[in-house]
Amino acid sequence: MDLVLDGVRQALALLASGDAEIRAVLWLSLLVSSTATFVALLVGVPAGVVLALGRFPGRRLLISAVNAGMGLPPVVVGLFVSILLWRSGPLGALEILYTPAALIVAQAVIAWPIVTGITLAAVQNVPEAFRLQLKALGASRTQIAWVVLREARLPMLAAIMAGFGAVISEIGASLMVGGNIKGQTRTLTTAMVLETGKGNFDSAIALAVLLLVLIFLVNWGLTSVQQRRTP
Amino acid sequence: MTVRPRVIALIAALVVGAVAPLPGHAQRAPVILATTTSTQDSGLLDVLVPTFEKQTGYSVKTIAVGTGQSLALAGRGEADVALCHAPSLEKKYVADGKLLNRRLVMYNDFVIVGPAADPAQVKGTTAAAAMKRIAASGSPFVSRGDNSGTHQLEKMLWKLAGVEPNVGSYIESGQAMGATLGIADDRDAYTLTDRATLLAFQKRLRLPILVEGDKALLNVYSVLQVNPANGPRVNATGGKAFADFMIAPETQRVIKTFGVEKFGQPLFVPGAGTNEAEVGEKK
Repeated sequence: MDLVLDGVRQALALLASGDAEIRAVLWLSLLVSSTATFVALLVGVPAGVVLALGRFPGRRLLISAVNAGMGLPPVVVGLFVSILLWRSGPLGALEILYTPAALIVAQAVIAWPIVTGITLAAVQNVPEAFRLQLKALGASRTQIAWVVLREARLPMLAAIMAGFGAVISEIGASLMVGGNIKGQTRTLTTAMVLETGKGNFDSAIALAVLLLVLIFLVNWGLTSVQQRRTP
Repeated sequence: MTVRPRVIALIAALVVGAVAPLPGHAQRAPVILATTTSTQDSGLLDVLVPTFEKQTGYSVKTIAVGTGQSLALAGRGEADVALCHAPSLEKKYVADGKLLNRRLVMYNDFVIVGPAADPAQVKGTTAAAAMKRIAASGSPFVSRGDNSGTHQLEKMLWKLAGVEPNVGSYIESGQAMGATLGIADDRDAYTLTDRATLLAFQKRLRLPILVEGDKALLNVYSVLQVNPANGPRVNATGGKAFADFMIAPETQRVIKTFGVEKFGQPLFVPGAGTNEAEVGEKK
């Protein structure tokens, strides 16, 4: 137990000292995961709206695929993204393997089905009568989608939180496509694995505390936006 | 939702910042170093890599994944240089023409650790005899089981002993050395470990060293260059520069004293320029 206390103490000391390496790791984790979540939103929200409001053959199968994708194992994503980005792979010419860009790609793939799945559920939750009313008022399909999305904005923030939470705490894909390179692709989770592998359990615990604090702060921010307008 | 444009602008700025190269970085193509976990976990590369980067202007991407995977990646041209510790496997890659110019960098040794009660009576024997007794006594043995350099040596020792591991008491951890030592400690089992990792974990382990000093337990690290024919975009000059750096006299001097500060003894013995037979004689 004193190991945990030492770790917490070290975490506070690290934060207070403004250690450059820790700051870089914290910043990279935040940057990569928030960018990946943003990319997932760009792709996932329209996909969720189309799946929720559209009627086309194969829709149910796609919805099942998205729901299954919410449990997409990061290590599977890591393996396939690595092979795609290998020098000998189809996207090898980009030369982004073992860079933050590769981390963003892998994390966006992980967050995407989560964002789509929650968007889908949120939009479907808006009463059908509301949509019919809009239609009766002469709204176009894009206008309907936009208004319905606005109605569903509170659960949409849950989609952001779930997507961000999944990727900031993810390890398998980040290790494989990033390589845990010091100063370049070392995130909070991959640094924790390394410190544990080195036998530096106190440093690992300090990183764990930082990760938890970061996740809490981000969700606190999002929650205060979410709850601001509710009665 | 009035904040939206500002948020988007901020995030766009972050994306550009993440993807754009860091300022002040040399324009030379980065060198991908595929290596075993022990060189990274021991902290040695944290000392050597920045020196190399400063000297040459190359930036190094160190991928610490274990010897089996390192050699496989290098053999496919997914890395530019490999720093490994599985001589027989390395020689196979050299014979196939996938890897070039294998040069010895440094060495230390493996040891067999186990429960203090030593139920298989291996203390002070040779490595092969110890493996034989462990199998015969049915005592638990934890294997890395991950094709790492350590796992390669373990398989060679079973062969040398002329026995198969005891199926019922053979545990495959599938993890790095530190985690494997933890499992062995927890299960009162024997295991094979490199000395550097054992030193790093000693505080948390109750397992004493039972077998050491056998020539079969030598742990030889070599650097190998990647044949540019293995795939597109291999940085052969960068790989060669790193290989040359590893055997340079200044680097060898750093290796000689590395670890004294933290563990009270050096973790590696520099060995550039010697061949394996000579290294064996010195032990």
